[in-house]
Amino acid sequence: MESQDTVETINRHKQLGLSDGQVIDMYRYMLLARKYDERSLLLQRAGKINFHVSGIGQEAGQVAAAFALDRQNDYFLPYYRDYAFVLSVGMTTRELMLSVFAKAEDPNSGGRQMPGHFGSKRLRIVTGSSPVTTQVPHAVGFALAAKMQKKKFVSFVTFGEGSSNQGDFHEACNFAGVNKLPVIIMCQNNQYAISIPAHKQLGGKVSDRALGYGFPGVRVDGNDPLEVYRVVKEARERALAGEGPTLIEAMMYRLSPHSTSDNDLAYRTKEEVDENWKKDGVAGFRNYLIGLGLWSDEQEQDLIAECNLELKAAIEYADNAPFPKPEDTLLHVYSDSDLKGGA
Amino acid sequence: MAIMEYIDAIRLAMKEEMERDKSVFVLGEDVGLKGGVFTTTKGLQEQFGEERVLDTPLAESAIAGVAIGAAMYGMKPIAEMQYSDFMLPATNQIISEAAKIRYRSNNDWNCPVVIRAPIGGGVFGGLYHSQCPESIFFGTPGLKIVAPYSAYDAKGLLKAAVRDPDPVLFFENKKCYKLIKEEVPEGDYTVPIGEANLLRQGTDITVIGYSLPLHFAMQAAEELEREEGITAHILDLRTLQPLDRDAIIAAARQTGKVLIVHEDNKTGGIGGEVAAIIAEHCLFELDAPIFRLCGPDVPAMPISPPMEKFFMLSKEKVKAEMLRLAQY
Repeated sequence: MESQDTVETINRHKQLGLSDGQVIDMYRYMLLARKYDERSLLLQRAGKINFHVSGIGQEAGQVAAAFALDRQNDYFLPYYRDYAFVLSVGMTTRELMLSVFAKAEDPNSGGRQMPGHFGSKRLRIVTGSSPVTTQVPHAVGFALAAKMQKKKFVSFVTFGEGSSNQGDFHEACNFAGVNKLPVIIMCQNNQYAISIPAHKQLGGKVSDRALGYGFPGVRVDGNDPLEVYRVVKEARERALAGEGPTLIEAMMYRLSPHSTSDNDLAYRTKEEVDENWKKDGVAGFRNYLIGLGLWSDEQEQDLIAECNLELKAAIEYADNAPFPKPEDTLLHVYSDSDLKGGA
Repeated sequence: MAIMEYIDAIRLAMKEEMERDKSVFVLGEDVGLKGGVFTTTKGLQEQFGEERVLDTPLAESAIAGVAIGAAMYGMKPIAEMQYSDFMLPATNQIISEAAKIRYRSNNDWNCPVVIRAPIGGGVFGGLYHSQCPESIFFGTPGLKIVAPYSAYDAKGLLKAAVRDPDPVLFFENKKCYKLIKEEVPEGDYTVPIGEANLLRQGTDITVIGYSLPLHFAMQAAEELEREEGITAHILDLRTLQPLDRDAIIAAARQTGKVLIVHEDNKTGGIGGEVAAIIAEHCLFELDAPIFRLCGPDVPAMPISPPMEKFFMLSKEKVKAEMLRLAQY
């Protein structure tokens, strides 16, 4: 039997309504997020910053979800690995670096929160915290407001499969199901909750739980951005049509350790990680674009250079930006200027 | 002016605020068709519809969390916890989320939610329908906590809470619902959050407290004046957080003898903080040690009548302690 040198790539994005320009844009965000993540890890290892929590391995699905939403109107409640998502909805690498360096100008929190705790009213990214899954009821609250005010937006919330075990997940899903609210609830199942593998977190599938809440649950290959795009788009259409929530379980793999404070090889093998690198969604999407003749090695090199340049400028800016004033610790406890914190 | 019960004043406050502002809505268990297990929201669904008086699934963290989300969008939710004893599943939402939203976002987002919860015993509610959980939330900066004593304050404070741009816990006393009847204006007024209220002027002893036990103190003060010629200066904190320090210090200085009363148990209660404020600012103006009369340090109130009576404060208990302080 003769083997073929090349397999013909079928254009899958056209039928989803995505232009060539849009899929290239998607890829640019994926790569930018990957480079941002790698650079943050280096900054931490070099002692320039204190902490980094990685989203490597999850970029493809995150970007795809963002592109399927209305980035001018919808409300977003991302979780701490969603760098590619927040970049896709308008946050800049400078803004992310200001957060990483905990500087006053950080729009997420003014240097108050750990990196990965996103928030920006301008971008309709709702402020988040560290106790996991608390954002799911908030997303349902935004969706309730949309329904009550008859506004044409949806809320979109993400979290990990470990977090899907919290009561807030179940309470919020049920509330959304009862009231048929326009919310898209997306679990990024990256197979690990710090060290605990999915089979010790979940007795079944996260997506199957939707049955009990009375709305559709869809499991999708999170490394396939076009599939993620399709299911999020359909979920959004259902939400706007008044048909209620959708639960999406995007299957991924956390290629990095949990955070810069974690040694993942204490609980998983290098072989397992290497095997999953082969399924990396970013590389897969690059190959897809190359297969269609939409991308080339040359463009890849140019984009990497561009990302590096942008990141270098962002780091320089953030590194040189002033810290918050120490006494500003007392600000913004309440709206009233005379009700500052402190004794 | 109309004579109304404490519970009517709370209902009227919600009704008026919902009429005034379309973004105000009520959510909780049984608040809709039934009108609340105590009838606090009776008639509201009839007037404002199912969406704005929303019966929710039985899940307190979702009630709080969904309200918080809606509030961040710009709605003005009033979330009801059926009993304050059942609000603990929502503490993560209240303490980790609502209280920190403005601070953690560097003033970008805020959370104007009101969470109402009935507190207190004396209704044969047993351990889990009688608690005073103020001290669980007290000391969480970012939260405001109010606990009205009178019907007038209940209406004015709830209206102020709805208009407040930050999260407010509204602890209404369930024993006061029907017990307290007084003149309450039907028109619009608010009682400012953060200001204590002097209920009574006196020169011999100062009583500081909040909610139901102040009614005992007021009755005891009248009797002590009549019987012993002792005059009591009585301060209603009204807002538990942030405490009105100036009013506390002034009230303590007024007589140099201070009794603090609350139904929440003594250890870790708000009275400890009030005592500390007095000690920090006017210790050497005191003529007696600070007295505290509070619920006993047991997990919660038993249902058996003699045990409930033992736990609860009363006019007699407060009066005896006031007299002991006056004679110190």
